[in-house]
Formats: sequence, structure tokens, C-alpha cells
Amino acid sequence: MGMTIVQKILARASGKTAVQVGDVVEPRVDLAMSHENAALVLNQFQEIFQGTGKEARVWDPDRIAIIFDHRVPAESSKTASNQKKVREFIASQGIGKFHDIRGDVGGICHQILPENGYVRPGAVVVGTDSHTTTHGALGAFAFGIGATEMASVWTLGNILNVEVPGTIRVNVDGEFPPHVYPKDLILHLIGLLTAEGANYKVIEFHGEAIRGMCTSGRLTLCNMSVEAGATAGIVPPDRETLRYLREVAGVKDPVDLPASDADAIYDRVVDLDAAKLEPQIACPHTVDNVKPLGAVAGKKVHQIVVGSCTNGRLDDLEVAARILKGRRVAEGTRMLVFPASWRIYSDAMRLGYLSDLVDAGAVVCNPGCGPCLGIHQGALGDGETALATTNRNFKGRMGNPTAEVYLCSSAVAAASAITGVISDPRGVK
Amino acid sequence: MASGKVVLKVGDDISTDIIYPGRFMATVLPTETPQFAFADDAQFNRKLKAKEIAAGSFIVAGKNFGCGSSREQAASCIKGHALTVVARDFARIFLQNAINLGLAMVICPTIEAAEGDELEIAEGAIVNRASGKRFPIVPLPKARQAIMDAGGLIPYTRRLLMEREAAK
Ligand code: SF4
Repeated sequence: MGMTIVQKILARASGKTAVQVGDVVEPRVDLAMSHENAALVLNQFQEIFQGTGKEARVWDPDRIAIIFDHRVPAESSKTASNQKKVREFIASQGIGKFHDIRGDVGGICHQILPENGYVRPGAVVVGTDSHTTTHGALGAFAFGIGATEMASVWTLGNILNVEVPGTIRVNVDGEFPPHVYPKDLILHLIGLLTAEGANYKVIEFHGEAIRGMCTSGRLTLCNMSVEAGATAGIVPPDRETLRYLREVAGVKDPVDLPASDADAIYDRVVDLDAAKLEPQIACPHTVDNVKPLGAVAGKKVHQIVVGSCTNGRLDDLEVAARILKGRRVAEGTRMLVFPASWRIYSDAMRLGYLSDLVDAGAVVCNPGCGPCLGIHQGALGDGETALATTNRNFKGRMGNPTAEVYLCSSAVAAASAITGVISDPRGVK
Repeated sequence: MASGKVVLKVGDDISTDIIYPGRFMATVLPTETPQFAFADDAQFNRKLKAKEIAAGSFIVAGKNFGCGSSREQAASCIKGHALTVVARDFARIFLQNAINLGLAMVICPTIEAAEGDELEIAEGAIVNRASGKRFPIVPLPKARQAIMDAGGLIPYTRRLLMEREAAK
């Protein structure tokens, strides 16, 4: 019987020739990622060693990555002290893949991992962040776990009790119409599957629209797969994956390209036609409350956010800059731009995108999570409405439970910035 | 068997942003997170903090409880008040976090209860004493039950670590 790509990855990482859906395995982990919540991980990690008489050492410092992104630069002494504790731990354990608050190597974890070549096709990647699904874009099996589970991985090097998931195969054929992006595709799919439609499953992307898509767009698809409840999203690696790894991530060593068998068994197959898509909006307060843009066009917006691990990459900034160049952000609306990494920030600076955005009245902030989770930058006022390229719109997201968050592509965000109301980028001349 | 009152009834898709709002994420230690449990539900949060809610009381939820972020604070803040969560089902990461931390939770796909009802966890079912109805429980997969039985993932991992050392 054929296996899906994820079954193959799990079989190999567990030292088996084959696994079936529902089997419980304990795969070795290729990469274990944490951000500021490493502060909690290390607390739990030290607790594991208590009373064992053993010194607390991580299983493999080269396989651990820690990126500060959620609250950078620190917004409070509490955060700063946690970050300090994590820094000291990193130094004492010799963890090499550390991205501190720096303008050369810093950024959001889900951008830092791919752009530094830390994620390879066929790898098992876990992260203490639900959007770890992002890394499936490079053909890895990547999923989010909690801090205590990460402490267990740091100790043992395996992830315990992984149930081999079933897979939903999504075939996307056709070509994207102008002003319609991978973000619109994934929002549409989440609306179709619902917030729990892919619970405990993998979403595997196929079809000519995926083959023709850059890694940047694939990262967006896999990033948001978790919003349909999926354990992971995955794009079987291909020539574009190789191109990205070689040209962008600087990977030189040989790369394996695992694939699903032709006779692999899927729980469900969904066929979509990219050519029929139009701009989509996820409305408050659930990500699966998705409507075609027309249904909410004209809604007043107080804050526009372009950025995050979902849509803060160079192509997103390019689209926003192209739409806003020579125009102005509407009075009564503020626009915040958060590039996903400092590398993207400096590329966007060199290419002039940032000055186009700033000249239009946007505020360009430092790379990081910023308003996406509303901890310390770009929080919303009571009853305000935000339109964001981020991935969640739950009540209380962006820091205010009385505010509303709508989700969209960067083209929709930029077009709406000009008018101050939700607007269709297809109407911008 | 364990019984208690339903002190909070919520619907489907209750996200971690509702259980433990992101703005309190700098607070991580399980000893400190309980103060921010359901922080945006001012009334319920106040009752929790005032210790007006008895240990062993129930939160009853619909489908997909704990969806959203992987933040473990969402599980530790509830555990800190010794509440039991009964949901129609749980989001994956939340469920695993709950198991890892030893938070009492029950998967009960047909549960029907209102705030104030007295629930009892019986053999294989939840009994609502107010309505007299029984609602079957979905047992946890065996491998996960082993972590629960060990008292959570920390003691479970500690044991594996020692076993591996001994086998060296
Ligand atoms: S940008 Fe938002 S979704 Fe992405 S890692 Fe940061 S907080 Fe999470």
C-alpha cells in the first residue's frame, strides 16, 4: 500500500519501513524551534532533571533553534528578564541557531528558519508555536507543540506519542487571476474546511497552481493550514523548493526530495480552481468566517497591518508598495508594516519599497510579531476595526477584546489603506 | 467518583486568546498563570481569583476547545484553579498540553449541561445530575493515557531518561 509523504517522513524518522494512519510513533527530531517561550521550556526542562543526579544538558545543541520575535525589543522588564535568562541558557548549552534582537540576523521565527536553510525536505520539525506548520512549505513534517513537550524533546531528542495523521489532499489547478494571491486561496480553503475540518490531519497541496507558486506563497499556505485545525500543511518538494534552498537559503549539501506514492490513500480530496478565486476576507471572530471581499467592501478600517509570518515577505511588501506608491494612506486610518525578517527589511529598503510605503504615510516597524498578537505594538482601541495580513482574528487578538480584526492579502490591505474602507485591489488604477 | 458544579458554559471554538489572552504571555510559570485565566471575562476571572469557585468544578465547552496558539499557559491557568474541562472535543495542541500538564479534561461529544448543573464523572460517562442524563466519554488513546498515569510529561520523560541511561 502506498504512503503519503508525511507517512514516509515519519517512518524514516522512527526507524521503520512503513507506518499506517493511527500508528503511534516516536520520531527523532531534526529541528526543535522555540521563541520567547523558551523561558518556560527551560523551566520545565530543568524540572525533568530534578532528582536524577544528572546535569541538565540538551540532547543536541545543533538541532535547537531559538528566535526572539514575539516581544522585540522587550516591552517590559519582565520580558527582558526572561530573554536574559534564555540567552544565558543558550550560552551555557552551546546552542548555535540563536537569533537575538539584531538588525542583521533577527526576524520572525517562521521566516528565520526557512531563510537560513534550517529546514530541509523530509525533516521532522517541531516548534513551540502553532504556526510551525509553515515549514511544510519546504517539504518537512512540521508542527506545533507545547512548552513541556518541547522540554521533553530537548531531553530525549524524540517527540513522544505522535499518532500518524491522515491526510487531506488539496489539488489546485488553474492560474491565479490578477490581484488574487495564495492568501486568498488559503482563506477560501479554511472557509470550506472550517476551523476544525482538518483537525489531526495533514493538508497536502498539489496541482499546477501550487507547482507554479514561489516558496513565499507556499509558506503562506502552510502557515495558515493550522487555522483549519491541521496538524501540518505540506507541499511536496520540487524544483522550486531546490531553487529556494540553493538561491535564498544558501544550502549547499545534497537535498532529498521525498514524494507521496501515486497509490497513497487520502482521507479526503478537495479540488480547487485558482482561476475562479477572488479576493477573500476572514471576518471576525473566527478565521473560517470567510467571505468574498464584496460582502464586506466599504467597511471602515482604523488600522491596516501588513506583515507577520503569514504575509510579511518581500513579495507582500512589493505588492503593497506598488499599490501605495505616489498615493496616501487615508486620514483616520493608520497603516503599520512589519517585515517578517531583517533580511527582508533591508532588501525592501534597497529596492525602495519601504520609502514608497513611508512616503504614503505608513509606519514601518521593526521585524517581529508586533500587532499580530497585540502584546506591545499596534494594539487596537475599544471598538476599532483592523484589516490585517496576519493569520488570526480571534476575539482579543491584537490586544483588545472589543475590537474586530479582518484578515486579507497585502493587496487588499494596501488598496483599503488608500480609501480607509475595505476595498478591492482590482479597482485600483 | 468525582463530581462538581458547572461554573462556566461556553460554545464552540473557544480560542487560547479567550482562555489566556496574548497580552499576558510574558507570564509563563504555572504558579503565576492562574490569575489571568479567562481574563477578558471579568466576572468569571474575579470569581476565580477570589477563590469563590470550588476545586473540582467544571467548565463545559462545545467543539474545538483551546484552538489557536500553542501557549501552554492556557492549560496551566485552568489547572491552577483545579477545574475540570468537559468538551465535545479539543483542539490538538491544547489537548496534548493538557495531558502533559495533568490538567483534568474529559472528551464528551454529546455533553449537555447548563451553568449550575451538578456533573459526575462515572464509569465511561458523565452523568448530569440535574437532568439525570448520561453522556458517554471518549477514552484517550493508550499512549496518551500512560502520560496521564505517570502524572504528566515531566515525570514520564524523567523516567524514560533514566531508563535510557541505565541501558547505556
Ligand atoms: S507573526 Fe503572529 S502568527 Fe506569526 S509567529 Fe508571530 S505572533 Fe505568531
